[in-house]
Amino acid sequence: MLVFIINRLIQAAGAVVVMSMLVFIGLYLIGDPTAMLVSPEANDLERAAVRQAFGLDQPIWMQYLTFVGNAVRGDFGRSFLTGQPAMQLILERMPATIEMVVVAIGFAVLVGVPLGMLAGLRPKAASTKAVMTVSILGFSLPTFWIGLMLIMFFSVYLGLLPASGRGSTVNVAGVSLSVLTPDGWRHLILPALTLGLAKAALIIRVTRAATREVLPMDYIKFARAKGVRPRRVVGVHLLRNILIPIVTVTGLEFGQAVAFAVVTETVFAWPGMGKLLIDSIIILDRPVVVAYLVLMVFFLIMLNLVVDILYMAIDPTAREKVRDQ
Amino acid sequence: MSIASPQAPVVAVETPFQRLRSQFLENRLATFGLILLALIIVPSVLAPWVAPQNPFDIGKLDIFESQLPPGSVSESLGITYWLGTDGQGRDVLSAILYGMRTSLVVAFVSVTGALLIGATVGLTAAYFGGKVDALLMRIVDLQLSFPAILLALIMLSVLGQGIDKVIIALIAVQWAYFARTARGTALVERNREYVQAARCLALSPLRIIFRHMLPNCMPPLIVIATIDLAHAIAAEATLSYLGIGVPVTQPSLGMLIANGFEFMLSGQYWISFCPGIALALIIVAINLVGDHLRDILNPRSAQ
Repeated sequence: MLVFIINRLIQAAGAVVVMSMLVFIGLYLIGDPTAMLVSPEANDLERAAVRQAFGLDQPIWMQYLTFVGNAVRGDFGRSFLTGQPAMQLILERMPATIEMVVVAIGFAVLVGVPLGMLAGLRPKAASTKAVMTVSILGFSLPTFWIGLMLIMFFSVYLGLLPASGRGSTVNVAGVSLSVLTPDGWRHLILPALTLGLAKAALIIRVTRAATREVLPMDYIKFARAKGVRPRRVVGVHLLRNILIPIVTVTGLEFGQAVAFAVVTETVFAWPGMGKLLIDSIIILDRPVVVAYLVLMVFFLIMLNLVVDILYMAIDPTAREKVRDQ
Repeated sequence: MSIASPQAPVVAVETPFQRLRSQFLENRLATFGLILLALIIVPSVLAPWVAPQNPFDIGKLDIFESQLPPGSVSESLGITYWLGTDGQGRDVLSAILYGMRTSLVVAFVSVTGALLIGATVGLTAAYFGGKVDALLMRIVDLQLSFPAILLALIMLSVLGQGIDKVIIALIAVQWAYFARTARGTALVERNREYVQAARCLALSPLRIIFRHMLPNCMPPLIVIATIDLAHAIAAEATLSYLGIGVPVTQPSLGMLIANGFEFMLSGQYWISFCPGIALALIIVAINLVGDHLRDILNPRSAQ
């Protein structure tokens, strides 16, 4: 088990290095950030001074090595726009994003698993057909579209919920959270719903497929024959066995949701790190973009690792496979 | 497209086009999807000839007739704005037809590109196996584990704006799906007699892969390509909505929706809502057709 985790961590480090190199070289090729750093009236001497101050006069490999050297110490450079450390900028925005994603995924699981199980248990019912049709729409319609429709209905037509911003927040150990105030919840509902609907659709489909796969198994038949109450068969024998794919998909979708928060945050002007990324991409704020991507790759790899460990905790056969290696 | 090749043994994979057609039309929902698709695609492709107005010819716009509700009649141009006008006095219906055209071109070209690249990679991996397979599939896995939207964002931030750039970015995020499917199908095909026979004839790998295996691997790839068209349209709309997709001079559906957003909050819903409905309709239509195609072409689910 420990060997497995160490192996994965080494792979993770390799992936972070490769990704950072690709992103760095890629971003190096686009526009000259000097234009953003100095006023248009600046003369060549001033330009050169700024380039030197930010290390932009060095050859690219030198810039990359300096970047890696600093990155190891947690320094990802300063934002060209605000002059603040890039990583700090992102970390400041992270709680808002994580908060929204957690609520969205929570919603998706709470709605998706029961509906998916019902659909799997009653494959021919009219309600199942309706749920499955709607779920196709749920993940084929673009996220921003769902967001706009929700804004149109709840904010513009009904005037019930705010369409942008984060509302009032409460500071808990240096992290501001919206989930603790009623006003924060009012702001949180629409973005979380937007992000969560597509995920719920996916979880419904995964749960349904798993349910249909597990139902004909001998242990379910045996439990039924033994006279176990139907509710217990579904709640224990079935649920435990469909958990494996659900946990895997939910875990991986969590990472996708953090990435997709870029879209939701733009629609709802939610001040998270996705909005920061888009703004930084548009104004060519290279350090922030690179820092975001390095953080994201690291996060995704960690998430994969956690999912794998959880997977082994739930599925004894997976544990044995790792032990045999 | 001819799926049947003379060497192929008679198996269920061989489906004459006519049988496919009759099987397809049996499903009413899918037929409805196909009709809907035609009703959207035909006028969009013919947009310059059927649209009431060229929305990008500034000389033909009347700025004083901006933000008119649906059904208004133009005083100066003598046309009816069936879906209203936007903030610059453009006929929304015309803008949708032109925008849909851009969206469709981006989707078709990018999906075709991704299909070609993905099929080539997948078939090569399956045919050669061993280290080639391991290396190529590693790249595919790496690509699939990274969120598509982020990859597209990075590509576009590196490449800049433009229709061609959006197409490149969309190919980059989609090819891996095709590669994986092509490999899966090709692994089965590789052991069939016709491939062994071709190998005994010492035909070049290139010829075996493209002339013998590829046609037999096509059905699942076509199914994925169909549904992927909807994904490509959605992805392009998302990127354009974020303001890093197509340029302002060639607005696609996503950009029309983004442009109308500010008006929506003040109650002029149609500027954003109508292109939004058009986007939803095309995605739904493609999914209806694609879903049924999968049922027909996939022998496992047909049972």
